Amino acid sequence: MSLDRGLGGPLRVINLGLQVFADDLRAAGVPVVQVDWRPPAGGDPALVALLARLEDDED
Amino acid sequence: MIGAEVWRSFYQDSVALMRLAESLRALDGVEEAAALMGTPANMEILAQAGLATAETATATPGDLVLAVRATGETAVRAALARARELLTERRRAPAAAGRPAPRTLDAALRELPEANVAMISVPGAYAALEAKRALLRGLHVFLFSDNVPLADEIELKRLARRKRLLCMGPDCGTAYLAGVPLGFANVVPRGRVGLVAASGTGLQAVACHLAALGEGVSHGIGVGGRDLSAEVGGAMTTLALEALGADSSTSLVVVISKPPAPEALPALEDAVTRVGKPVVVCCLGAAAPPGTHARWVGTLADAAPAAVAGLRGETWTPRPFGDAAAVRARLAAHAAGARGRSVLGLYTGGTLAHEATLLLEPLLGRAVHGPGAGGDAAPRIIDLGDDEFTRGRPHPMIDPGARAARVREAGRDREVGVLLLDLVLGRAAHPDPAGPLAAAVAEARRAAHADGRSLVAVASVVGTAADPQGLDGQVKTLLAAGIEVLPTNAEAARFAAAVARPDLAPRILGDRP
Amino acid sequence: MGIREANAEALRRIVDAEPVLVDCIPAADALGLEPRVVLHAGPPIAWEAMCPTLQAAVIGALRHERWAASAEDAARAAAGGDIRFEPCHHRGAVGPMTGMITRSMPVLVVENRAAGNRAHATINEGLGKVLRFGASDASVLARLAWLQQEAGPLLGRALRASGGIALRPLMAQALTMGDEMHQRNVAASSLLLRALLPSLVRAGSGEALARVVEFIAGNDQFFLNVAMAVGKAATDPAAGVAGSTLVTTMARNGTEFGIRVAGCGDRWFTAPVNTPAGLYFPGFSAADANPDMGDSAIVETIGLGGMAMAASPAAARFVGAGGLEEALAVTEEMREIAAGEHPHFRIVTQRDRGAPVGIDVRRVVTTLVTPVINTGIAGRTPGTGQVGAGTVRAPIACFTAALEALATARQSAGQGVAR
Repeated sequence: MSLDRGLGGPLRVINLGLQVFADDLRAAGVPVVQVDWRPPAGGDPALVALLARLEDDED
Repeated sequence: MIGAEVWRSFYQDSVALMRLAESLRALDGVEEAAALMGTPANMEILAQAGLATAETATATPGDLVLAVRATGETAVRAALARARELLTERRRAPAAAGRPAPRTLDAALRELPEANVAMISVPGAYAALEAKRALLRGLHVFLFSDNVPLADEIELKRLARRKRLLCMGPDCGTAYLAGVPLGFANVVPRGRVGLVAASGTGLQAVACHLAALGEGVSHGIGVGGRDLSAEVGGAMTTLALEALGADSSTSLVVVISKPPAPEALPALEDAVTRVGKPVVVCCLGAAAPPGTHARWVGTLADAAPAAVAGLRGETWTPRPFGDAAAVRARLAAHAAGARGRSVLGLYTGGTLAHEATLLLEPLLGRAVHGPGAGGDAAPRIIDLGDDEFTRGRPHPMIDPGARAARVREAGRDREVGVLLLDLVLGRAAHPDPAGPLAAAVAEARRAAHADGRSLVAVASVVGTAADPQGLDGQVKTLLAAGIEVLPTNAEAARFAAAVARPDLAPRILGDRP
Repeated sequence: MGIREANAEALRRIVDAEPVLVDCIPAADALGLEPRVVLHAGPPIAWEAMCPTLQAAVIGALRHERWAASAEDAARAAAGGDIRFEPCHHRGAVGPMTGMITRSMPVLVVENRAAGNRAHATINEGLGKVLRFGASDASVLARLAWLQQEAGPLLGRALRASGGIALRPLMAQALTMGDEMHQRNVAASSLLLRALLPSLVRAGSGEALARVVEFIAGNDQFFLNVAMAVGKAATDPAAGVAGSTLVTTMARNGTEFGIRVAGCGDRWFTAPVNTPAGLYFPGFSAADANPDMGDSAIVETIGLGGMAMAASPAAARFVGAGGLEEALAVTEEMREIAAGEHPHFRIVTQRDRGAPVGIDVRRVVTTLVTPVINTGIAGRTPGTGQVGAGTVRAPIACFTAALEALATARQSAGQGVAR
């Protein structure tokens, strides 16, 4: 849904983080998936740095 | 005519194939259809049904054979195309019950492939990577996380602009997209005013004020506190203005921000000019630049009335108080009574704290933002949502406890004559923020009174009747504790100054310059 | 090519493979195996580092080939540098458990008609006292001789005459029948025997035919070796897709677990193996379990085995009390680390969703979820045979090592430069 198609809805949301955001959306009838997010690689900074270097390219 | 396809080395069980054939038979123009594994027995059946072709004769038992007899070539092709769809469609996962939640964005996308927004509130060290991933997947991003490095913000917004997506934040607390409130947002009607805001509480305050004036919000786009800095250059502000300019449901745009960096100003002005609709810029503490195409106002309280006037083609001029007569009367009620000389602002919303500072300083002198040097009457404005107070503690909008403790302390502080407070309602906020605050104020006032002093508490409430907490009930709770409730934060700050310095009241009320 | 495109290409090569069982011929001909070369399962390993069960299997193989007259001679030859050891994977083959392949042994030939490559595996010896578990008494050697002299040639004639058995639809069907093709192969074995029977009957006769048919019919795990060869035939074409982070090999030798990834070609990333946990046959317990062994994890590498546990609730009883719930949960967990879903291997209990396939090293390290491998448990005392069955996890260290190599490779390729 890029802006070229306008700001109109409907919204479909993926939530990474605070559960309350997803709860509010669900209560409002907005399709939402809550991600059970945890720090990547258990938070190991060296591994996180490696992962950052291996992200999918910008296309 | 007959059309057939042989799918090499492709297995499906017989029941699935019978269902497939049945759905093909239901298509327009199809007289007969078969979907069978290429065993000799099945090929017999095919022949007897008059569907065997040279193609089907090449099939082996491990191959899937599709054969269709239909009225013409178009119908045959359509049927075979439909069969292809059915054979290759991805089965969607059954709905969530009992299944573990997805651990990553990509896993979540498998559950909701048409997702168009990612809300990200993970710790700042990881937020940029998640936001980048979401943008690469074509989602708009609502980036609540703070402590995201500036360099990452610049990269993210560059990527977002290139992909024509919104990157709302970092440090974005509130947004409205297509009528859906995101984050810490109030329940306001859908309407024709588009908002672009660097700050969550700023957006909230203006949105609620619009609702009170009978208007509504088309979209509210948060851009984060650094967007109009020199480095970021207004990347999202300008994109948001463009989007709202093109949005048919938006008739007027309000931009809410700290003063933009001089380097960002040209881009902002350019975007304002291109919107093609009236624009109100609410820049706390900045004057209108020469030649601007927008209407510039100096406080949040002025943004909504200016917008409404712009929508309705009315004229409107800012005034210090909406109901000066009522304010005068209430000031008189506080004229008597010994009290401390200073104003203490205890805020949960950073923008509101900033606005209070801008309004109080010309009247009361330079404000301090931490523990003050005792003995002078300088205003003290504390933003309890600031990082230094929220490390390891929930935000005061979610947990009123930290502020309540400071309110009670203030009751014992002889220097404090006036308490200045904000109360922010809405989704994701505390279910009854007024309760603990009112109780703490009542206790503080009792303590002061026992000590022979009066303590005046002044507040404004950001909220609407439709919010989960209910504006009216929250206001009543505050009033019952003897708190003066003003309609906007600007009015509350002015009122507090007039109580602390009655000699300045005529100037504050606008009776005298 | 960006990583996304590279992974899409590698995945495509894996799932679009068209494996066909075409022949059975001596390893000397199929693999060009020289005298005194012994292939083993897992990544490269020296004699001294081999666990006792693996060494015992080597001794059995040397005696079978008559490169040593006795167990003592065999041990001396192996320790003395007379024998060259290579991973099966390096010579176009895969082997279960100890994975012994020497030049006289007949190997089944699987051809990938989509890419034109071939992969090989021995004929599964059956259960109990067999070479792959390190047994080498007279009965084991006699069976190996029989496989070489009678079963292998007959299978070869039958397969050549049949024009080849298409394995992808067979395996897809077996998956709907409760097989996951690592621990459970009874449906696939039955389907294969059924497909092969007419050609077998035409190629052989009398007692010889009866022996071969009886042998296959009596071995529920007969298809395991075929499934393994299919796995290798499907993953080999993906090796060398530059920039891809997908796993092409998982293999163990009882001491080390090795993986290979598409973007790093033939390079191994190794770490100490884990020991499987599960349920034990009467008379055995966890104390008898040998550390993880075998090339059979190639099956998981193409989306079957532990990845497809949801298709085989019976296998899941090895991991939990329930069965179906646990099985579904395992496959769901595996979906977190897989790049895609197999278009051909679909799981009936999940409304025909494709099995998770294309293990992405990045996802493994991000989630710290490692692949689950369904496996038999070998006895640590050589020759005991199988003592139980259960699951084992690939060690995370293999994946972190691969991640580092991939990041370095990306940098060198000039694609990882900070923008």
